[in-house]
Amino acid sequence: MSDHDYRPKSKVGQWFNDRLPLLTLANHLTDYPTPKNLNYWWTFGGILTFCLITQIVTGLTLAMHYIAHADMAFESVEHIMRDVNYGWLIRYIHANGASMFFLAVYIHIFRSLFYGSYKAPREIIWIIGIIIYLLMMAAAFMGYVLPWGQMSFWGATVITNLFSAIPLVGEGIVTWLWGGYSVDNPTLTRFFTLHYLIPFLILGLVVLHIWALHVPGNNNPVGIDIKKPSKDTVPFHPYIVIKDGFALLMFMIVFAFFVFYAPNILGHADNYIEANPMVTPAHIVPEWYLLPFYAILRSVPDKLLGVVAMLSAILILAVLPWLDTSKIRSAVFRPLYKQFYWILVADVLILGYVGAMPAEGLYLLIARVATAYYFLHFLVILPVLGFKEKTLPVPLSITEPVLGGSPNLAAARNKESKIE
Amino acid sequence: MKNLFKLFSIIILIITSNSNSFAAEKVEYLKTDWSFKGLFGKFDRASLQRGYQVYTEVCASCHSMKYLSYRNLAEPGGPEFSEAQAKAIAASFEVTDGPNSDGEMFTRPGKLSDKFVMPYDNVKAAQAANGGAYPPDMSVLVKARGGGVDYIYSLLQGYEEAPSNVSLDDGVYYNKYMYGNKIRMAAPLSDGLVEYGDGTNATVEQMSKDVTTFLMWSAEPHLESRHQMGFKAIVYLIILTVLVYFSMKRIWSRVESKV
Repeated sequence: MSDHDYRPKSKVGQWFNDRLPLLTLANHLTDYPTPKNLNYWWTFGGILTFCLITQIVTGLTLAMHYIAHADMAFESVEHIMRDVNYGWLIRYIHANGASMFFLAVYIHIFRSLFYGSYKAPREIIWIIGIIIYLLMMAAAFMGYVLPWGQMSFWGATVITNLFSAIPLVGEGIVTWLWGGYSVDNPTLTRFFTLHYLIPFLILGLVVLHIWALHVPGNNNPVGIDIKKPSKDTVPFHPYIVIKDGFALLMFMIVFAFFVFYAPNILGHADNYIEANPMVTPAHIVPEWYLLPFYAILRSVPDKLLGVVAMLSAILILAVLPWLDTSKIRSAVFRPLYKQFYWILVADVLILGYVGAMPAEGLYLLIARVATAYYFLHFLVILPVLGFKEKTLPVPLSITEPVLGGSPNLAAARNKESKIE
Repeated sequence: MKNLFKLFSIIILIITSNSNSFAAEKVEYLKTDWSFKGLFGKFDRASLQRGYQVYTEVCASCHSMKYLSYRNLAEPGGPEFSEAQAKAIAASFEVTDGPNSDGEMFTRPGKLSDKFVMPYDNVKAAQAANGGAYPPDMSVLVKARGGGVDYIYSLLQGYEEAPSNVSLDDGVYYNKYMYGNKIRMAAPLSDGLVEYGDGTNATVEQMSKDVTTFLMWSAEPHLESRHQMGFKAIVYLIILTVLVYFSMKRIWSRVESKV
């Protein structure tokens, strides 16, 4: 942070800033030196902030019309869709917004995996990110229960039942979660309460996530430490603001397409059937963004071990900074890691696919192999790779790779040495 | 990298070819041109009105539509009956109201603000009258079925003689589009079952199309305004994106870097 010497120009500004340095904060945020070589994969942080705010604003509006009661929830959603002014728009933005949120967060996470953004000194940013991701999944799951359709009800039944796998106290915990002996009205009201609470917890964690980011500054595609501010950086405003804005608009076009032209394509048809405890749907599937973990859960024959595997699949990410032993951050200079990275991407996509299919025959076999590979990647390949891999030479500054491969390279190097 | 993409595409190929073999067991739904599909999709007004006629004369004897009100029939984007027509339709139904000042329930003619009158008092009564099967509420039916409008359209025309290896219980019918092929509902439509006021020939195919269009509207009453707003929103976003793109180019031209 290079802006401790900032002083507002006006007297009033100085008076205020001496008592609450909000203007210093604003100045820090606008001047914040950002690597100038950030590519579009770096714009998803801003996009995610947009997603969170969109979900909170639409969610607040929906909560004004929604009734959290087992007998009235489904009807109140139809009331929103039919009779509330633009209720259909608000609800479709909220429902598809959840999917857009996860789409963006997966790109954000996989960007981090590719460029090694989780490595020292950014471990805390990464761990806070994983907690946000966990809370997002909890919020999304509970939100899906609220319309009280068939998938809501049976999804809630399946997921809460996972806790019964805990030895001795499992059954008691499930009864406690439900507030009764089955998923019913008490479950719905507490899910609504928590669904309302979690976004604000996420908001708080996002502030910490950004704060922790602003201490070391952004990683960048080259993955090297840079001097800040320097000719390798640009101030956040206007350079990054306009670039994030441009990317956000592109994202919003995709978002708008879903909201206006395919609003139900990402949901399950069964959720337009009111919850019925007496009728079990043929296939109970979670929303698409949870499918890879659902596949891992089902690939283990034992219930308890399945739950452990599913949770480990997420929590293993929290210790990733210590599992990856390589000193080089960016996959650009790690030829082997780059290949394993893409195999991991394919592996997760395959897990997502088989998660949507019935857990039998070939699908189950694929799910088991893919689950095993997922853990192999993090527990064996990454630690070993750090020692065995022959990495490519890493440039000294961002300016070099920007001009790299061109005849200017030598000239740039000369310039560099002159400056130093 | 190239090898990796090859590997990746082979995996995808295996998975998709596998799912294709699964899909081969499924029947293809009948197709028709739906006026409400596409970027500017709108409902066919006349078809909606005919569809309402089919619903009220055929389906409504068993299937409720509890989220719709008679006023909806006159609202823009729907069948758009005139207000007088909608009032007349509402008034043709007996609505139970009350209790009055004597504490008695009473019946009166329906009003625009009333919900569609239900054929049965409750789910149990509906089941009792239909051999244990509950005729589902039709308000959001097309959204509650995987195949959507194509599925409903096909199902209505999918009744045929059961193959010799399929035995059917009493009150169960064979339908080639139904999941499991067994359905509790007898074929609801037959040629000339309703008499269309506009002279359209009431074939099973025509009635299926009309009533399915009506069900699409009942599930998505704001579909037309959604399409209209969506087009405007996306055009607006594209224009803004282009403008922001050029601003960005200009701003970034000050630094020696690519955007």
